[in-house]
Amino acid sequence: MAFSLNSEQAAQLEQIVARYPIKQAACIPALHLCQEANGNWITAEVIQFVAERLELSTAHVSGVVSFYSLLNSKPVGKHQLWVCRTLSCALRGSEAILGHCERRLGIKPGETTPDGNVTLRTAECLASCGTAPMVQLDDKYYENLTIKHLDAILDAICEEPTGTP
Amino acid sequence: MLNRTELITKNYDKLEGQSISEYIASGGYAAAEKALQMPREMLVNEVKAAHIRGRGGAGFDCGVKWGFMPPLESKPHYLIVNADEGEPGTFKDRTIMEQNPHLLIEGCIIGCYAIGAHCCYIYVRHELHMAKSRMWAAIEQAKAKGYLGKHPFGQANPIDIWVHTGAGAYICGEETALLNSLEGRRGEPRLKPPFPAQSGAFGCPTSVNNVETIAAVTLALRMGGDAFSRLSTLHNFNDGGVRLFGVSGHVKRPGIYEAAVGLTLRELVYDLGGGILDDRPMLGVIPGGSSCPILLPSELVDVPSDPRFEPYNGKSVLDLPMGVDTFRAIGTMLGTCCAIVLSDAADPVLACRNLVQFYKHESCGQCTPCREGCGWLDRLLDKIVGGTATLDELNLASEVASNIAGNTICAFGDGAAGPVLAFVQKFRASFEDYIRSGGNKQTRRLAL
Repeated sequence: MAFSLNSEQAAQLEQIVARYPIKQAACIPALHLCQEANGNWITAEVIQFVAERLELSTAHVSGVVSFYSLLNSKPVGKHQLWVCRTLSCALRGSEAILGHCERRLGIKPGETTPDGNVTLRTAECLASCGTAPMVQLDDKYYENLTIKHLDAILDAICEEPTGTP
Repeated sequence: MLNRTELITKNYDKLEGQSISEYIASGGYAAAEKALQMPREMLVNEVKAAHIRGRGGAGFDCGVKWGFMPPLESKPHYLIVNADEGEPGTFKDRTIMEQNPHLLIEGCIIGCYAIGAHCCYIYVRHELHMAKSRMWAAIEQAKAKGYLGKHPFGQANPIDIWVHTGAGAYICGEETALLNSLEGRRGEPRLKPPFPAQSGAFGCPTSVNNVETIAAVTLALRMGGDAFSRLSTLHNFNDGGVRLFGVSGHVKRPGIYEAAVGLTLRELVYDLGGGILDDRPMLGVIPGGSSCPILLPSELVDVPSDPRFEPYNGKSVLDLPMGVDTFRAIGTMLGTCCAIVLSDAADPVLACRNLVQFYKHESCGQCTPCREGCGWLDRLLDKIVGGTATLDELNLASEVASNIAGNTICAFGDGAAGPVLAFVQKFRASFEDYIRSGGNKQTRRLAL
């Protein structure tokens, strides 16, 4: 099925394109907009749509999508949980945070829970080193994290907590 | 010398700290209004006198960079603010955007006028959602006051500011990769020359500056360039003003602290950071983001060729004022001025592997030495930690790192090689322990 934007989203895209001297510059913001409108991932139809709207080749847009880690070429869960793993967080216990997420969700980084609720991923430095360890859940940072705090976050997004081992 | 200041951080953590009314009440936007009435050349000279060394890591003088911009002729000029903060250990620009956004907006207005730009894009990494929304809100407020648009402060030079977002790629913090990303391409660094001042965004003359650098421009214009520069202990190194110092890792009070340039690492770690967790000895400190080679407290300053180092020679590197040129002279870099501290309970081999994994993940893949080399390093470090590596392979890791450094289009290669070379050289015994014992028989970890 061909992808398209609703009128409000289409107006947003117009505004984005108007910010730049060339249409191509709207490529990444347009992909963010369309990804959100398409259930958080980018299909061949989305690529086709963005390419046509910005007068680019689909090869160009595909190349952009494959370059950036926040543009999803595969379906992801309703929630995306990123655990920062880089040095400052690692020094403050990010390994334990990640391990706890893996056990509670029953998945490894890069995987999505079978009910399609949560995708777990590791992140490289999210500029929150002074408040490590931290996770990002969708658009929100959770900092100075403890296992107890993490449990509360996971409880809130999992309808049926799977319990701790 | 420890000289804490509050020029950037005064309203941090206040409920209304980021509002435009609070900002104007404390003297905000007066510097921009004044700047827009100055001749451009005089304005650039004022910024030169402030000796603002680029706060994003390279340490290049902001006024000198602006001086490279050609005169306004046929092509439009652009100011690009690099807010793609992602260097491991670095979390300072985010605080400016979230807690003092108007300081940055005012700096953008001054910067645009100084280099003749009609338009500024603030390239914020996508993950920083709060920073983006605060910047958008600040832009709207400034527009409503008539500080932006066709006639900012009633003057005839139009200035527009937009927030642009990336999509998760560390390399887009490299200025030419950022420009490609801004133009809607893959974020691969460009060959230089041409430098951005000749051909940057959309093929036009462009200056790319870090968030904190642009914020410092506002401060310099407020008090005068020379007065700003003289706040620093390193005024004689042309390294002026105040800056944000970050400290993270094994310290009691991690965070961002504002102080005059010239603070020492000892003051940052012990006075501001509260000392090492559990009062343990320090293993080492990475001074300014992961690309800067680690320093050990036992290392001594030894720069006999430069008389300015005379007071520091023979002292611990922890007692050398933190400056762009002072740290370059002792074989590391000041980088982003955000230190990562390791206690002696930490395992340097695991720390090295953690950073190698970062560079492997973030190499853009354009240059073969970096793309392949970071993969080799990752596999070698895995073998070392797994206890299956030989001593030859440890030497190979240093050799691979040396072959990346200097052989790539951008500085990422040097950034990836530097930490490996420093860790292997400075903690060789720990690496050999792993190899001899067939794996980790030690009790040390990363987290305490």
